[in-house]
Amino acid sequence: MAAKIQQAPRTLTATRSPHRERVRRCRNRSEHAWAYLMIAPVTIGLGLFYLWPIVQTFYYSFTQSGPFGGHQWIGAANYRALAHDSSVTQSALNTVFYTVLQLAGIPLAVFVAALLNQRGLRGRSVYRVIYFLPVVTMPVAAAMVWRWMYQGDNGIINHLLSGFGIAGPHWVSDPSTAMYALAAVGIWMAFGTNLVIFLAGLQGIPAEYYEAAKVDGASATRTFFRITVPMLTPSIFFATVLTVINSLQLFDLVYMMMGTPSDATGQSNPAMPHVQTIASLFYEKAFIEHDTGFGAAVAFVLVAFILLVTVVQFRLQKKWVHYA
Amino acid sequence: MPQPSDQHRMKGRVRSARPAVAAAVAAGLVLAATGCGSGSGSGSGSKASGGPVNLTYRIWDSTQQTGMQHIVDAFQQANPNIHVRIELVANKEYWTKLQADATAGSAPDVFWMNGPNAQLYESNKQLLALSSNVLKQNGVDLANYPAALNQLYNLGGTQYGIPKDFDTVGLWYNKKLFDAAGLKYPDASWTWQDVQNAAKKLTDASKGQYGILAPPYGQENYYDTIFQAGGYVIAPGGKSSGYAKPEAQAGLKFWSDLVKDGYSPSLKSMTDTFAAQQFESGKIGMYYAGSWNCMEFSKSDTIKDSVDVAVLPQGVKKATVIHGLANVGYAKTKHPAEVEKFLAFLGSKQANEIEAKDSGVIPAYNGTQQAWVASFPNFHVQSYLDELPYAVAYPTSKNTSAWQNQEAAVLAPAWDGGEDIGTAAQQLATMMNTALSKEQ
Repeated sequence: MAAKIQQAPRTLTATRSPHRERVRRCRNRSEHAWAYLMIAPVTIGLGLFYLWPIVQTFYYSFTQSGPFGGHQWIGAANYRALAHDSSVTQSALNTVFYTVLQLAGIPLAVFVAALLNQRGLRGRSVYRVIYFLPVVTMPVAAAMVWRWMYQGDNGIINHLLSGFGIAGPHWVSDPSTAMYALAAVGIWMAFGTNLVIFLAGLQGIPAEYYEAAKVDGASATRTFFRITVPMLTPSIFFATVLTVINSLQLFDLVYMMMGTPSDATGQSNPAMPHVQTIASLFYEKAFIEHDTGFGAAVAFVLVAFILLVTVVQFRLQKKWVHYA
Repeated sequence: MPQPSDQHRMKGRVRSARPAVAAAVAAGLVLAATGCGSGSGSGSGSKASGGPVNLTYRIWDSTQQTGMQHIVDAFQQANPNIHVRIELVANKEYWTKLQADATAGSAPDVFWMNGPNAQLYESNKQLLALSSNVLKQNGVDLANYPAALNQLYNLGGTQYGIPKDFDTVGLWYNKKLFDAAGLKYPDASWTWQDVQNAAKKLTDASKGQYGILAPPYGQENYYDTIFQAGGYVIAPGGKSSGYAKPEAQAGLKFWSDLVKDGYSPSLKSMTDTFAAQQFESGKIGMYYAGSWNCMEFSKSDTIKDSVDVAVLPQGVKKATVIHGLANVGYAKTKHPAEVEKFLAFLGSKQANEIEAKDSGVIPAYNGTQQAWVASFPNFHVQSYLDELPYAVAYPTSKNTSAWQNQEAAVLAPAWDGGEDIGTAAQQLATMMNTALSKEQ
């Protein structure tokens, strides 16, 4: 709706006289000045705290940096060391695996969104609040509660499982379950965001399509896969891109759920090698072991990887995203 | 064609939310940055006029905050012109934050330092050097503190910190479980063999009861046993690792065997529930705990009446790790004279006496420790002091955390059952020697 209203005056100006057009352009210029002034705080903030640090990080990745500043140019040595470091390879694989698991949350969100979007569903807003709550919950608090629930000996999950005669594992300290345990929390936290994206997308699908399908006698399943899903592909694409970028940067869950009070980085957790992500490895190298240059190189590999994956996604979208 | 524009609008809105968040974050950072600046910069220029000087004193232990405040109060009473604000930063973030602050040139005027980080800060000229003149002028005599502690904060003959407290490790045991198993309580005559025997008898898997806790912790566990076996973690001079030596392997094996034999909860279990908490559940027979745990145990309703502490059992010889914190000044403080004065007071007998009573840690000043012992009438905490004659300094190097951070990661596979402890020890030695060679 908003887009249509915005478009309307533009088509009108084209028919206006040249004089009025000039007046408008003048006004435009002062409006532009205002606009620039209004976005200045954001732009300066972005430049100062996002772009400049990126440039600096890139520079430091070619140096050996002291823990309190001071550095020395060493060329590509950090990148060479990184290529031979098995912990980098392992954490890259872990990160990719986590990302793949996170993508499983998308079909789930599409399905729930379609259910919530049904006409005449009672208490729809209650459901929406419930699904959106994890998004507005502090990740640290959520991670603490999950960690407590995942406890092997007295956790509530294993307590419930024992009711069915199942002896649950130590979820976050067992190498075979830790990554799945973390991924479940990740999906749970991102679910609300995806749901909102899909609900908005669903509301953009014209009702006529569904009416036509009904007239043709299409089943609910067929309607879902032939109308809802194809019409929703732009939203699915967008949610996928966001999910991938966020998942590749996973840090908070690892930091909060793998460590213990006496062991901040969770190194004594036997499952750690299977959960260590690139971002948590970066933190460890740069801030715990004080190898800032190496950490910067790790961070830059992550940036490059995210860029690459995103470019590939945008290339591939032509094959499956329908902009109806 | 309403769909594309609707889609576009939807996408546009969600996307535009990100710069908005970024701006909020940026604004927050600006505020935080200015906040930090004013924190340590406040009071600048007041020196000439003789007005009040503000100092920030950063600590990480919330249980000691009250005790520290009492010391600060006493200091301010004697020095009305110096205001000290205590700043508590959670243990988990303390070093990351301090490093960032020091890099930015705005670290607090006075802060707590520990052994593993001391050389890092000293060798990078972040700490205020305390010359013998400065110490003398402010009435500090280093002879009042244990020599091993002074040494921890001395680099190349220059003193950087005044010892604040110290901690050793003791053997805690649950008397109820010992009585039920018909075992004699641990005493100074105990050896490793006694621990193994008792651990076996105290374990009853069906009741979820274990003889001992054997987490892969350095200070409380394998550093002590390595020293007791006659080995070392870092060679004198700090240039090479001692992990490849058979003594070190014996010290590691003592613990990994206890886990392997099932006398200790599994590493997975000890990761899920912190070792001290497990001991407080009352289902654990023995636990090697630092003296800093006394306060917590004395307040635990489950175990406070049923546990006590003895000196560490001996291996080839008697040994315990000794570590202690120091109060240090920031090299770039605007008020070095006031900082020195405050540091001297923190190291004074008066301050240590307050610390002994109120903060639950063993004060560093010789002769004030009895007040600490007296504050735990229910436990034989004198054991921690009895160990002083054979206490060994905590192993450190210029960048301790570079190798220390990886110790647990290398040991975890051996503790968790699979890997041979000898192989793990060799790996440790290789990893540590690589890290040490980078320091030179």
